[in-house]
Amino acid sequence: MNKNRIYVHTVRKDIRIKKRKLLKHNCYLLKRMKIAVIKYNAGNIYSVDHALRRLGIEASITSDKEELMSADKVIFPGVGEAGSTMNFLRKHQLDKVIKDLKQPVLGICLGMQLMCRFSEEGNAHCMGIFDTDVKMLRPTRHEDKVPHMGWNTLTHVRSSLFKGFTKDEFVYFVHSFYVPLNEFTAAQTDYILPYSSALHKDNFYATQFHPEKSGTAGERILKNFLEL
Amino acid sequence: MLAKRIIPCLDIKDGQTVKGTNFVNLRQAGDPVELGRAYSEQGADELVYLDITASHEGRKTFTDLVKRIAAHINIPFTVGGGINELSDVDRLLNAGADKVSINSSAIRNPNLVDEIAKHFGSQVCVVAIDAKQTGDDWKCYLHGGRIETDKNLFEWAKEVNNRGAGEILFTSMDHDGVKNGYANQALSILAERLTIPVIASGGAGRMEHFRDAFITGKADAALAASVFHFGEIKIPELKHYLCKQGINVRL
Repeated sequence: MNKNRIYVHTVRKDIRIKKRKLLKHNCYLLKRMKIAVIKYNAGNIYSVDHALRRLGIEASITSDKEELMSADKVIFPGVGEAGSTMNFLRKHQLDKVIKDLKQPVLGICLGMQLMCRFSEEGNAHCMGIFDTDVKMLRPTRHEDKVPHMGWNTLTHVRSSLFKGFTKDEFVYFVHSFYVPLNEFTAAQTDYILPYSSALHKDNFYATQFHPEKSGTAGERILKNFLEL
Repeated sequence: MLAKRIIPCLDIKDGQTVKGTNFVNLRQAGDPVELGRAYSEQGADELVYLDITASHEGRKTFTDLVKRIAAHINIPFTVGGGINELSDVDRLLNAGADKVSINSSAIRNPNLVDEIAKHFGSQVCVVAIDAKQTGDDWKCYLHGGRIETDKNLFEWAKEVNNRGAGEILFTSMDHDGVKNGYANQALSILAERLTIPVIASGGAGRMEHFRDAFITGKADAALAASVFHFGEIKIPELKHYLCKQGINVRL
């Protein structure tokens, strides 16, 4: 009996040590990983950098083609206007670079919209990674305010980005344009109408909300992306 | 469903929070970053930092503070106070603020609203309005309520809505500091006439006041300062109360 107990205790201790080592190893791997954040003329790129730093990761913020291509993970953030931003990306040939990336890429907010085919905002022809258009949110009742601003929930989640995510968790949105539901929809949100709050296709992931501003729920989503 | 937001407001002077607080467990009660983080952990949905420093020197201190807030806080925050031109907006957004709040400068130069919306997007532009009821009319005030203008609250709010503001932060001067509830009637008129979200401010004293601002006043968010700072209302309790009242909040 006593022996058994000691054995169980030893095994448990062993598991704990293994778990700790694995966790340390994961942290080590995350820290060694090369994370690039695409630098362009959109606003608030640095809030993604801050969020990564809070996770203990030093990313390079860059528009250098080689650096982007050699990174382990690429984040494409953005707050701004689609038309002018797309022109900027085209002028610097960043649109082609992003489209050709083979490693996991995460588009955030405007980043996600620019990865689609066409946006009603500034009638912009976008990158076309996701074969779907971006439309303007049009209120149907006066209670519906645009921009959709604040904390909302996700349903129908289907992507490893949302590992550990529960249906009661909220994430932070600020946007006036939306991506309709389509075959790449990886999460839905219902505001005025049900639309895509996340997309996934091959190595391309995207969220309409801002994980970098979504408290601990958002931090987990960023971490899930980094651990892909 | 979109959650109704609870927003603590912190007044900052020379880089420190002004009002005394009840957060005994903080290492530095006066540190706006520590306080902001405590609120964020309690479940605040956004934060507003209002710079009440007048000096030029103080502005720099505030910008440095905004950088520290951006590095440490993982929820959105708005900064206000002393924003007179586009370069001020640029400086604060670059420091990491998510939104800026303009008040007197918008009344003096309404084009500032259009310019901010055009350069940085509507979502960063919060227009704060201080107003007071005289008879049936609501008049807007300048400089923290010291100077009366000829602008009507509802007309001015509609105008900035059309000019590209992303949100209205409406403070009723008669209700502010009285702790007897928000100006719900005026709030509901704003909610019906505007196409952008409205933040209620001024008058929070009890948890019911938040409920009334959301139900009767149809506000999208409610801002308060002293009831939170002095611990009279705790955000987790407030949110559970609102949830029980059938209001959708982020728990």
